[in-house]
Amino acid sequence: MSRPPSVIRQTIVTPIILIVVLLAMAALSYQFGSRAFNRTAIEMFINIMVVVGLYAFVGNSGLLSFGHISFMCLGAYMTAWLTIPPVMKSITLKGLPAWLLHTQLPMWVATPISGVFAALFALIVGRIIMRLSGIAASIATFGLLGVVNNVYSNWDSVTGGQGSIVGIPPTMNVWIGWLGAAVAIVTAYLYSISRSGLALRAARDEEVAARASGVDIVRERLVAFVVSAFIIGLAGAFYAHFLSIVNPGSFYLRTTFITLSMLVVGGMYSLSGAVAGVVAISVLIELFRDLEKGVSVGGLTVGLPNGAQEIAIGIITIVILIYLPSGLTRNREFSWRNWPLQRRRLVPPVQTALKETN
Amino acid sequence: MTAVLQIVFDALSLGSLYALGALGIAAVFGVMRLVNFAHGDFIAFCVFAMLLPSVDATAIVFAGQLPFYLLIPLLLLVGAGLSMLSEVIVFRRFRNANPATMMIASFALGFVIRHLLLLLYSSRPKSITLWPSLGLPVEFLGAHIPMLQVVTIIITLVVLAVLVLFLKHTRYGLEMRAAAENFTMARMLGVRANGVILLAFAISGMLAAAIGLILATNSGTADIGMGANVMLIAFIATVIGGLGSVPGAVAAGFLIGAASVVFQATLPHDARVFRDAFVYGAVIVVLLVRPQGLFAPKSAKQRV
Repeated sequence: MSRPPSVIRQTIVTPIILIVVLLAMAALSYQFGSRAFNRTAIEMFINIMVVVGLYAFVGNSGLLSFGHISFMCLGAYMTAWLTIPPVMKSITLKGLPAWLLHTQLPMWVATPISGVFAALFALIVGRIIMRLSGIAASIATFGLLGVVNNVYSNWDSVTGGQGSIVGIPPTMNVWIGWLGAAVAIVTAYLYSISRSGLALRAARDEEVAARASGVDIVRERLVAFVVSAFIIGLAGAFYAHFLSIVNPGSFYLRTTFITLSMLVVGGMYSLSGAVAGVVAISVLIELFRDLEKGVSVGGLTVGLPNGAQEIAIGIITIVILIYLPSGLTRNREFSWRNWPLQRRRLVPPVQTALKETN
Repeated sequence: MTAVLQIVFDALSLGSLYALGALGIAAVFGVMRLVNFAHGDFIAFCVFAMLLPSVDATAIVFAGQLPFYLLIPLLLLVGAGLSMLSEVIVFRRFRNANPATMMIASFALGFVIRHLLLLLYSSRPKSITLWPSLGLPVEFLGAHIPMLQVVTIIITLVVLAVLVLFLKHTRYGLEMRAAAENFTMARMLGVRANGVILLAFAISGMLAAAIGLILATNSGTADIGMGANVMLIAFIATVIGGLGSVPGAVAAGFLIGAASVVFQATLPHDARVFRDAFVYGAVIVVLLVRPQGLFAPKSAKQRV
């Protein structure tokens, strides 16, 4: 009797493929891309972090969350508090506690702290919210987003209110962006093959059966919530370093819906889907941005009117969803066998995230 | 006493808006299990439909110059038309998709509508004057209540009464209620799926137009994002009220309106800017106590 190959052996190719492909994209962008193009690439990597973080919770638990962008907000502001030079902080953010006011940490230290901060916050609120399921849970996460946004927009002495906080060291580049995306992918992958991830997906597909088999759904959801908050907190920190300013408006509904759209367009129950969705939409955005600038056809510059980009992307999203309701990857994972997408032998009503046997 | 009366009217008129919004969302959700995130953009579209496309700050109201007995039906038609059109073009293709996919599709549709408006009208808010006489206060038991608040409340009550009569006493209302209860069964018994869904969308669109009119009269401006806030609260209200329950949605709409106004009036001054945080916090508490909603219909229970 030979043991079946372990879950890791069967699924490890997926994160490897994703990370290698992204590395190639980073290298190409670094080598050939303009400055503006590189910024687009960094933005894409940050979005990959956010959407992969979303996948860690949404994909494994099956609950749609509108609240995860609040973790991005927490991470970004934490980074701002930790990395802005004390001289500037003492002018704009007078309400900070003294120890925070006088510290200045390098990005490499501040970023993980921001992730952990977001995760701790998720642990506290998750203990309450994760008791809910279905649409009630979605609305509760939405309430979370509302509370966080309202507090950060109005607590002037600590967050600078509606205005922007400036002075975060702009230390992002394509490589750091790629590294962040790789960390996010590995973390989400490790979570989804962990005992907790398997149990949570079992609960997603058959709640009653999972409960009867001893799965503590609330607990597993909480674990997923904390893991995804950590990833998105990191993304928030990177975002702060990328723009070098933060303001609460960038962590609200627009970002929430755009990242959710990326996840659903890619395929919300697969890690490959999360990454593919971001890449596809980022490529589209870049393409239409160029078209708006104008394309010269025989000496004549033909351009789309400003604003046509968003309209086109909205329409394309709808068309993709009409023809591929379960996303571009159809919730499957990239792998070597049956290249490029792993085929599933059984087609359950809701497809599972990573291939798993016994 | 007059202060209390003022608060009561504020709460009722804000609650009316939320209730109308919640109705618009619940009508579609009932028959199709779709949370229509484009509803807020339907509202904005109806407002902008009164204006000629331009990028100026003061808008040329072309339909707004019509007398109210023509303008109101026209705008209701615009709302219903847009809503039905979106059903035929977009949502019809998502009948069998999962709720998350439908939700994102509706969001994408709203995104398209919003940027279409941006393209035509620019992002600058425009001032429009509709019935300035409604801004005048009326004296009521010693309190000065803006006429518009009274009109808003009356309109909402009339809409509710008409809707209840429609749902309870007409054939189409019966079909809609049957479809909301159990769509497959209703179809088996001869309810036309497309018809009843189109009807729900038409009602929802007219409600969006009504909200748009009230908002535009109230604020005197047309802003691309004007429907978004109402839509969000309305969405929350439908869930708190118990998804699929029309009276629940209305009651929850009024409840959230009342909560906002009461928090605004009673919170200490420093905490007043955090009013929305308190409202959202209250929403979470309500959900924890009654996850299925305050007035959940019996059919909402999941069977194993």
